[in-house]
Amino acid sequence: MYRYDDHDRAIVAQRVAQFRDQTRRFLAGELSEDEFRPLRLQNGLYIQRHAPMYRIAVPYGLLASRQLRKLAEIVRKYDRGYGHFSTRTNLQLNWPKLEDVPEIYAELASVEMHSIQTSGNDIRNITTDHFAGVAPDELVDPRPYAEILRQWSTFHPEFAYLPRKFKIALNAAAEDRTVLRIHDIGIELVKSAEGELGLRFYAGGGMGRTPVLAPVIREFVPWRHMLTYCTAILRVYNRYGRRDNIWKARIKILVKSLGVEEFARRVEDEWADLQDSPDVITDAELARVARHFAPPAYEELPASDPSHARHIETNRAFARWAERNVHAHRVPGYAAVTLSLKQPGVPPGDITGDQMDVVADLADRYSFGELRVSHEQNLVLADVRKRDLFAVWEAAKAAGLATPTVGLLTNIISCPGGDFCSLANAKSIPIALAIQERFDDLDYLHDIGELDLNISGCMNSCGHHHVGHIGILGVDKNGSEWYQVSIGGRQGKAAALGQVIGPSFAAAEMPDVVEKLIDTYLALRHADERFVDTVDRVGLAPFKARVYGEARELARAA
Amino acid sequence: MPPDLVIRDRAVAADPWRYVGVASADELAQALPEGPVAVPLAYWLEHGPELTRRGTPVGVWLKPDDEPARLAGHLEGLALVAVHFPKFTDGRGYSTATALRRRLGWRGELRAFGDVGRDQLFYLARVGFDSFRLADHRDPRSALGAFDDFSLRYQGSVDDPVPLFRKRGDPPREARRG
Repeated sequence: MYRYDDHDRAIVAQRVAQFRDQTRRFLAGELSEDEFRPLRLQNGLYIQRHAPMYRIAVPYGLLASRQLRKLAEIVRKYDRGYGHFSTRTNLQLNWPKLEDVPEIYAELASVEMHSIQTSGNDIRNITTDHFAGVAPDELVDPRPYAEILRQWSTFHPEFAYLPRKFKIALNAAAEDRTVLRIHDIGIELVKSAEGELGLRFYAGGGMGRTPVLAPVIREFVPWRHMLTYCTAILRVYNRYGRRDNIWKARIKILVKSLGVEEFARRVEDEWADLQDSPDVITDAELARVARHFAPPAYEELPASDPSHARHIETNRAFARWAERNVHAHRVPGYAAVTLSLKQPGVPPGDITGDQMDVVADLADRYSFGELRVSHEQNLVLADVRKRDLFAVWEAAKAAGLATPTVGLLTNIISCPGGDFCSLANAKSIPIALAIQERFDDLDYLHDIGELDLNISGCMNSCGHHHVGHIGILGVDKNGSEWYQVSIGGRQGKAAALGQVIGPSFAAAEMPDVVEKLIDTYLALRHADERFVDTVDRVGLAPFKARVYGEARELARAA
Repeated sequence: MPPDLVIRDRAVAADPWRYVGVASADELAQALPEGPVAVPLAYWLEHGPELTRRGTPVGVWLKPDDEPARLAGHLEGLALVAVHFPKFTDGRGYSTATALRRRLGWRGELRAFGDVGRDQLFYLARVGFDSFRLADHRDPRSALGAFDDFSLRYQGSVDDPVPLFRKRGDPPREARRG
């Protein structure tokens, strides 16, 4: 993974010093709340319902074991012994003290980490495929490009006070595991007919109140121009994006109001001036950064392992885990493993310091000392020998990290919701836990098959509910918490936005509602048809009839 | 009354400029004040020749949504271009400054004024501002250290168009803390 040199270290150290001074001036009353707010947000610090929330960057989801051990130390020393991984692959602390944050920042810097631009109206953490570098369906490793983008976006002076937050994702695989088109900028690495590597630029995607899948702005940009083309897009957005209404300030609204063609024309106009910019990436820089992501020292192994095959045959629980949580690897004899953070009874994405230590040890022992965070709020060991899978499973199981449900209904994506977040309209974690409790029979879950269930506590859509096969959104009605349900959303190359099925529900009704949706699907499905495919084929009507029909009958009876 | 202060060339100096029409456009209907005046973009484009005949320095100031391109061919005779920040969180002025320096080639004094404070100075200087009129309640003398918050810059901008990746071989400099 990328290792800092003296320059990178100096930059982060200077940032820590700057934020320490800003915090000191705020606590001394020299900076007002309004003056301090954007400064602390640009360093990942929110003031939340119970305490500050501090968001630590995990650039493109990649972590080293020594970094995870440091995070374990931090959650024990400065928080309540656990943290929460978000859909932007960052780690959130829910209970730090404001005056401790500069100290935490310094501890992060000691392991080449930071919390720069994890919040605020600036360019946020860059995300990419959690199987980057090991996925069999990958064109090139996207991580060097993500790192080059990370450096370029860090303290970009022109784009620190944008109309609104700005999220960039990169994908280089045939399958899209990044939800690319819900991003402000989505960059797809592609090859031209002549075999030249380039970038397809999408812009203007987003969720929130007005969900939009980003349209293509330019089919092919030479890779050297990744930064200049981003500059052109950001400049158009910074100048013309709306600032009068926070709900209309994202770039998606600008792209919609100008129209894709006019937006693209303005970008081209800015870009024309940047053709000879020194920000054009050099071969030497790409090579320098790419060296940090060189493949580890893989052993030459046969494609299959006899002991692994034997365990699959003889151990049903292991086989089930292997079916859901073990993923293909481009190197024979290796596999990628999802360590699930969806343990029943625990908020999705939460992890204790002790579990972090276990994962760090597993990474050291079985996966070259590295791991990844996925946008589905799980951890991934990317380079495990197949013959070690059983041992990894046993250790993960003992630590509560082997819930065999990746891709299934209870692998719920959820934001922290109203229990923690001051923006939320409604709680989301209790809904996730109630649904997980209702569907706790593993045989039944596996029979239901692949199903993404995503929950957001408000329209900010941190839980990605728009692209869930079942999406649940917390809404506020006259001061009480209600939940709106949509179905038919999906991520991947065929990404789609879900449709709302009707009036919203009380929290207590939610497990029943989900169960009725599932019952409807099971009654209607064709062989091998996933929930979302059945929704596509039959439409919303049968699902609505089942969910609301009975509700009406109940109302009449009452 | 103490003189108004401005930061120029990283030092605090008296600010002789009057920014006309910021508080209210009505000011433009009256006689302009004596001495150096900065006027709104539209006013400058309309009254440029008569203003330069006053014999005192003339400047123009831009609102966040003013198109800097409208100054193309109209920079002659200006002693100051200023960009107004009604709120420091409105970042349009950063792109305005970049356009003035890069696209229009303005080499004279470029000033940020309005809701500007210490913690904006580093980025403002990077995009080409070289003078700064802080909000009245802020003391410019305690803000000078901000220019040295960072000794390195990852990306190119107006102050230094060459990004760090083209000079990784050079040893990093220590930040000076002011």
